[in-house]
Amino acid sequence: MIINVARKELKSVFASPMGWVILSLLMFAFGTQYLNGVNDYFAVMSGAMRPAERTGVTQFVGQSVYGLASFIMLFAVPLLSMRLIAEERRSQTLPFLFSAPISLTEIVVGKFLGLVGFLSILIIFIAAMLSTLNIWSDIDFGFIFANSIGLLLMVASFSALGLYFSSLTQQPVVAAILTFVALFALMMFDRFFAGDPNNILANLSLTRHFQTFSGGLIDTADIAYFILFTVTFLTLTVRRLDADRLRG
Amino acid sequence: MNNFTVEAIELTRVYGGREAVSNVSFTLSKGEVLGFLGPNGAGKSTTMKMLTGNLAPSHGSVKICGIDMIENPKEAKALIGYLPEMRPLYKELTVDEYLIMAARLHRVSAKHIKSAVETAKERCGLGHMSKRLIENLSNGYQQRVGIAQAIIHRPMVVILDEPTVGLDPIQIRDIRALIREVGVEHSVIISTHILPEVEMVCDHVQIIDKGKLVFNGAIDVLKKQRVGNKLLISLHNPPAADAMLNIAGVTEAESLPGGLIRVRFAENATPAEAIVQAAVHHGWGLYQIAPDQTSLEDVFMQLTYQEQVAEEQPAA
Repeated sequence: MIINVARKELKSVFASPMGWVILSLLMFAFGTQYLNGVNDYFAVMSGAMRPAERTGVTQFVGQSVYGLASFIMLFAVPLLSMRLIAEERRSQTLPFLFSAPISLTEIVVGKFLGLVGFLSILIIFIAAMLSTLNIWSDIDFGFIFANSIGLLLMVASFSALGLYFSSLTQQPVVAAILTFVALFALMMFDRFFAGDPNNILANLSLTRHFQTFSGGLIDTADIAYFILFTVTFLTLTVRRLDADRLRG
Repeated sequence: MNNFTVEAIELTRVYGGREAVSNVSFTLSKGEVLGFLGPNGAGKSTTMKMLTGNLAPSHGSVKICGIDMIENPKEAKALIGYLPEMRPLYKELTVDEYLIMAARLHRVSAKHIKSAVETAKERCGLGHMSKRLIENLSNGYQQRVGIAQAIIHRPMVVILDEPTVGLDPIQIRDIRALIREVGVEHSVIISTHILPEVEMVCDHVQIIDKGKLVFNGAIDVLKKQRVGNKLLISLHNPPAADAMLNIAGVTEAESLPGGLIRVRFAENATPAEAIVQAAVHHGWGLYQIAPDQTSLEDVFMQLTYQEQVAEEQPAA
């Protein structure tokens, strides 16, 4: 049943040009960054004389593309997640889902997976694009894999947060702004504690946990952080929708 | 084991200390069409939301074919088709896409989806609209799509909240025919403001006012109340009303402006013939005589008004 809700969400995204436009624009941005990365690699490496200054092409290009991707998702996810519940609430289509034989958890998880499924198209495309480096070079697939997992987990966390804010309001735009501000704060959080990197609060920052992935390291502590973050906001969303049913 | 498809037991819903629906109990059997009547804000939609599990009742419970809506919401919801007052249509989809999605969400198995969609479209007269975007359909066709999504999984109970609002007369006739057709196999609950509609479509009527059930019974009871034992007589030279009382069977006579006389007669009496004879005999100039029907509106007004009086009396 979760799958059917996710399919419904994907169908809605692709029913209008919106889904296609977002996919193509984002891929254009990533493609440009990739091309620049490859060009810069030759420019930088030809100037790097000592071996310590030399880095692999995967890391050099990969880091710039994934860095841009995580930054762009900060804008893209709120725009995509805003309509998930707020739009349905505004056009009064929620009773369609509520009176179907599916539980609230299935609705919420289905919507979440629909959005993450859409965004993972981008993640797969980025990974495929970087893998083409392998045609004329010997690249580090582990690095790409770790970054893809990291980006997927981060996008999932963004989506869960966006879904929650979308469930709070009837206005998609309000949901988008709230989501963006909250995500931006969480991303920038560790900057405030730059002088004290071991501060507990700094550990709440999403960027900090993405950093290990972007270095090519898969750390279970960071995986646990992202999963907990996602589950927390999905649970809050279910509770919010349940409150609708109880209090009306 | 009883055969009730819907059982509402003492449903109560409190909104901020005010009871929007209080103590509503009723049952519905297979093959019955129940009409839900009431003025605006009486609690019709709230009751329907509770029946379909969109709103949790403050007290009381709902059972669909014996399955409790609160304990087993998924099983109970699978037996219901619901069209809310505001049509829950995804306007960016085509009719086919939307109905396939509705069928999937209502657990129609993969191989039956196609035939289920075809049947629903055919029943609602949507056959030639398959590839159109719902957004571009007229109001009436959108309403049909709404009804199609409610009956697509052949539910035991179909609940339609004001299904004929905003339709043209021909569409209203079609929808009424459809409701009656659906009512043969399944139970149907419809809410409406349009009183003649209830008379045409429903077997049972419930009138709800200020959250309370004022009338609950078969449509025949309401009809009987409506016809009454009254005649309306039009005369060119009307006599005094008392002259009518001399005619056998007449219990009450009332003069109305314009030479009209309203006559009430005893149960089982048929004074029409005697009245005509008397009119000819005395030269009253009879030109029209007809049973005086109270409109359904009047009955409705009486029922909702009586309730008010009954409420005020104990207090006085």
